Amino acid sequence: MVKIAQISCGTDYSGIQKEIEKAAETFGAQIIIPEADLNYIDEAYKKFGFNAASTGIRLMIARATSIVEGKTDADAVFIATCFRCAEGALLRNEIRRFIQKNTNLPVVTYSFTERTKADELFIRMEALSTIVARKSLLAREKQEGLTLGIDSGSSTTKAVLMENNKVIGTGWLPTADVIETANIGMEQAFNETDYKLADVDGIGVTGYGRLRIGHHMDAQLIQEELSVNSKGAVYLANKQKGEATVLDIGGMDNKVITVNDGIPDNFTMGGICAGASGRFLEMTSRRLGVDISELGPLALKGNYRKAALNSYCIVFGIQDLVTSLAAGGSKEDVAAAACYSVAEQVYEQQLQEIDLREPLIQVGGTSLIGGLVEAVSTVLGGIEVIVPEYSQYIGAVGSALLVSGLGVKK
Amino acid sequence: MKIAIFPPNSLILADLIERRGHEPLVLQKEIRKRVTDAEIDSPPLNITEEEPIKGLKYAAIEVPSGVRGRMAIFGPLIDAAEAAIIMEDAPFGFGCIGCARTNELSMFCLRKRGIPLLELHYPTTKEETMEVVNKINTFLDKLEKLEVSNG
Repeated sequence: MVKIAQISCGTDYSGIQKEIEKAAETFGAQIIIPEADLNYIDEAYKKFGFNAASTGIRLMIARATSIVEGKTDADAVFIATCFRCAEGALLRNEIRRFIQKNTNLPVVTYSFTERTKADELFIRMEALSTIVARKSLLAREKQEGLTLGIDSGSSTTKAVLMENNKVIGTGWLPTADVIETANIGMEQAFNETDYKLADVDGIGVTGYGRLRIGHHMDAQLIQEELSVNSKGAVYLANKQKGEATVLDIGGMDNKVITVNDGIPDNFTMGGICAGASGRFLEMTSRRLGVDISELGPLALKGNYRKAALNSYCIVFGIQDLVTSLAAGGSKEDVAAAACYSVAEQVYEQQLQEIDLREPLIQVGGTSLIGGLVEAVSTVLGGIEVIVPEYSQYIGAVGSALLVSGLGVKK
Repeated sequence: MKIAIFPPNSLILADLIERRGHEPLVLQKEIRKRVTDAEIDSPPLNITEEEPIKGLKYAAIEVPSGVRGRMAIFGPLIDAAEAAIIMEDAPFGFGCIGCARTNELSMFCLRKRGIPLLELHYPTTKEETMEVVNKINTFLDKLEKLEVSNG
């Protein structure tokens, strides 16, 4: 069983400890609490050098030190503090850096409220568990046989049919009823080939609807998006060796994953504010009266500095755009400002929390919005951003690739 | 040598450092640049939303903007320091940046740098005061020797 060490402050008093344990257990992992006696707490936090006022935070430091010094046997680490606790936010990051600098353990951080439920933690716990327990699966570099990958996302559903390391059919449509949408997506993919569902050797499913579709279709692989997308990204970008960062700005949440030799070793996931997601760009294009596919080229012609966008909120952000248009701002400038705003927020809320490794591989449907890709590169000081072919099908490609590692169905 | 101090605006610490021939990295100089800036966007300090964003280098987005705004000014001084003196438990008249979280983070960042560091507690008696001043002078003189031996 995968042992996830919990380093946290406030989970008991927030009433969410059992939710954390439930989330871990769902994915075959067990939460363990690193031991630290009173003397060790004093010794550890003084050594660490952060004189936290909260003793709960000092205990976090001692528990982290216990892991680093090998006093606790753990496979992965989950660091959590209360949302809005400044001291907690400071330490969450410093402890993450401390563990990553001194161990090879995968780490995930989280800030919770009393409303945090197990299912919000599923994706993180599943990814931690996968990284530890299924390393051999993630080491797969080549797709074999005929496999189907389905990515049931919050905005769109994607299906990909792969044969002998090549994409041979694709399907894409907005998500409505999860099963029905997946069926149509699959049909689109099969229509591009002479195959039918009975011919495939394996089915892999990812995305929000993965559990429902996976059970319905008796899929061989039902996997969260963090490991699937990172695997799909390095595969499509042909960066399976060495380091890379994968950025997926999704319809509802954003994922940033650092990868070493194709295996994710750190990730952050945002998803409370839609102002930093593809949804905001979708609303912008609707307000500009253009198709989402035209937003990118439009933004590339504009100058984000010419359209005032002072709010990060999806509602007030759109209001700002409307005001800019009413004041005579061009559609191009407004499109560029919207892209820049999303890129800036992704940077401020996520990318700065991760030790960015080049190249940056941008994937997901939003990677087709050229203006957004350029804005991401600008915000990050002009670094190289790779958008591989089929980047919008990333989850489906990753699923089709990984399921081919699970043996073929005959 | 460039010496960072904590509290970063302590005139007494800055004065002691200057007397021993070193350069104190004090907050006042940074703040002065902002006060005298011709384009004052956000008086009296001329700190705009850019500063808390720059402060992301030191603290995550969830950390309040005031901490990040302070770190945008004080953080580069920590980065530039070749040695540092920390005075803990000082009353605010000795020097203060008005935020306990910034205090914690600043001291942590100074410790993490791995530069020569003198940590002191604010003296409360005459004897302790003399002892503290002696410790500071000895520390600064040793740095001078270190500098000379390093060429």
